[in-house]
Amino acid sequence: MAKTLEQDELLSTIDYKPPKKGWMETKPSFKPGTYCYAALPKNLEVIDFPAPEWSPTDEDWKLPPNWKEIILEGMKDRLSKYRTFKLFMDICVRCGACADKCHFFIGGGDPKNMPVGRAELLRSIYRRYFTTAGKVLGKLAGARELTEDVLKEWWYYFYQCTECRRCSVFCPYGIDMAEITMMGRELLYLLGRGINWALEPVAKCYKTGNHMGIPPQGYKSIIEFFADEIYDITGIKVEPTFNRKGAEILFIIPSGDVFGDPGTFTLMGYMMTFHHVGLDYTFSTYASEGGNFGLFTSHEMIKRLNAKMYAEAKRLGVKWILGGECGHMWRVCNQYMETMNGPADFLEEPVSPITGTKFENAKASKMVHISEFTADLIRHNKLKIDKSRNDHVIVTYHDSCNPARAMGLFEEPRYIIRNVCNHFYEMPEETIRERTFCCAGGAGLGTDENMEMRMRGGLPRASSVRYVHEKHGVNRLACMCAIDRATLVTMMEYWVPQVAVTGVHELVANSLVFDGEKKRTVGLRGEPLKGYEGAEEG
Amino acid sequence: MPTVEYKGKVYEVDEDGFLAGGLEVWEEDWVDYVKTIEGIPEVTDEHWVCIKFLQDYYKKNGIAPPVRTFSKTVGKPLKRIYELFPSGPGKGACKMAGLPKPTGCV
Repeated sequence: MAKTLEQDELLSTIDYKPPKKGWMETKPSFKPGTYCYAALPKNLEVIDFPAPEWSPTDEDWKLPPNWKEIILEGMKDRLSKYRTFKLFMDICVRCGACADKCHFFIGGGDPKNMPVGRAELLRSIYRRYFTTAGKVLGKLAGARELTEDVLKEWWYYFYQCTECRRCSVFCPYGIDMAEITMMGRELLYLLGRGINWALEPVAKCYKTGNHMGIPPQGYKSIIEFFADEIYDITGIKVEPTFNRKGAEILFIIPSGDVFGDPGTFTLMGYMMTFHHVGLDYTFSTYASEGGNFGLFTSHEMIKRLNAKMYAEAKRLGVKWILGGECGHMWRVCNQYMETMNGPADFLEEPVSPITGTKFENAKASKMVHISEFTADLIRHNKLKIDKSRNDHVIVTYHDSCNPARAMGLFEEPRYIIRNVCNHFYEMPEETIRERTFCCAGGAGLGTDENMEMRMRGGLPRASSVRYVHEKHGVNRLACMCAIDRATLVTMMEYWVPQVAVTGVHELVANSLVFDGEKKRTVGLRGEPLKGYEGAEEG
Repeated sequence: MPTVEYKGKVYEVDEDGFLAGGLEVWEEDWVDYVKTIEGIPEVTDEHWVCIKFLQDYYKKNGIAPPVRTFSKTVGKPLKRIYELFPSGPGKGACKMAGLPKPTGCV
């Protein structure tokens, strides 16, 4: 693994001056710290993808003799299947509105990380082989030959896009850059070329139901461990159930929340909130993953991995599905799931059993986001809250890219936080809500070997966190995504070490007052509450 | 796949130096090897308690334990685990115990 640059060195090497040679002549340099390891054959084999043994830094990628045909046929097939792909290839006028909106461009300066530049890598091939102007005029029409160097460039830059879609907000034509990246990655997988940090979770998810590869007994024992933790801190016994037929609601969360801090505190938060209102829900050890790294791989994989949600809901006979604080899960569930895996006509239109609220927006997918569910509980006064229990934290909220831009979920998390915390401050307006800056580790890029790119791409987000830290003393960065909870921690340690990361439901649970609870002196992470700073833990 | 050589033995490892064959090929010499690259002066009983727990947990549950399960069960605060394994519970202790590197949203 490459050693990460010191902060000053990183800042001093941001260079917005384009290279002297034209972009078609400039090859990417595979500098350690700026790319991820190649997808391993053992993982590719699990999902029946081509499984070459290779490394991105190899001079010769040992492509099959007919590789060009495979890619061009793949493009042709997708251009006919996906109207958006053709539209997004044709419609860009290269106005440049997106150019400075990407976090990787801002923190690095590589012109191919301008979203328009990144898309041009694929568009130039589209023009050459699928448009008359490109076939006849070639370079004059912005077309170029498909060569092995082009493939290398695709691989390098389509894995320097987190599919966060900030650029798309600014595009006057609404071009969805994530879909272009998805298409680039999908084409590369026709030759088995991808990254392992995305592909191993895909393979594990395909085998065990979740990205971590946690088998049923492990999944159950870990969640029960955290139920015991809740008991130790609050004296309240939550009793999670698994694969329970006849439960009213199936609850699906990102597996990161089961395994890694601070996600595990969010998991404790979910369980406490449900216990508080007596929700009839079950976990599943099969539909044990909300996230879907298929989204970072290919359309086919999205569908294959997501199928388990409806299948398990049907098997258990639940009424509807509730989903946890995951990010990209909601791009899939909100925008693709019903078409890909539906119709879920065996489920009911979701109604909160506690408040009677009908979630009209989830009528088709039958899946409700937990922040909608909890915000509704608060609105109906169903939670007994003591806000002062969060007085030890000064919170800001990071709009996780997909819940924000793929769902428009801006108000619910803020409503929840304002109701459970006394101290909440927004980051600057141009860096939140639909203009939120990415954690720079999404779409499968949140791995250690990619650390320099992550810290570069994290600079814009971190700068606005630092701003509210310095201005208001913010010490907690709340978010609604498990990738965030993994990658923002590293980003904060690097850029703003005074700020810790939290899920929204950790804040909720810290504020909840239960009948029969023991005196609370610490929060879920064992940190002393305000007024108990000198006291021993527990 | 990369390999490392130690005391005349060859181990297959992943890019970050985790034992590719996992517990099936794990042996005590591997612990010695990781000790040298991690800069641990001596492998003590405290290390062994951690290694054995990680391996038993993995065999039973098919996954490494979450950090807090690890810390609570071996009865050592996280700070002490970092003293024992400077690269931390995942990159240090799990590597030494022959467990695979976790992937996903972690």
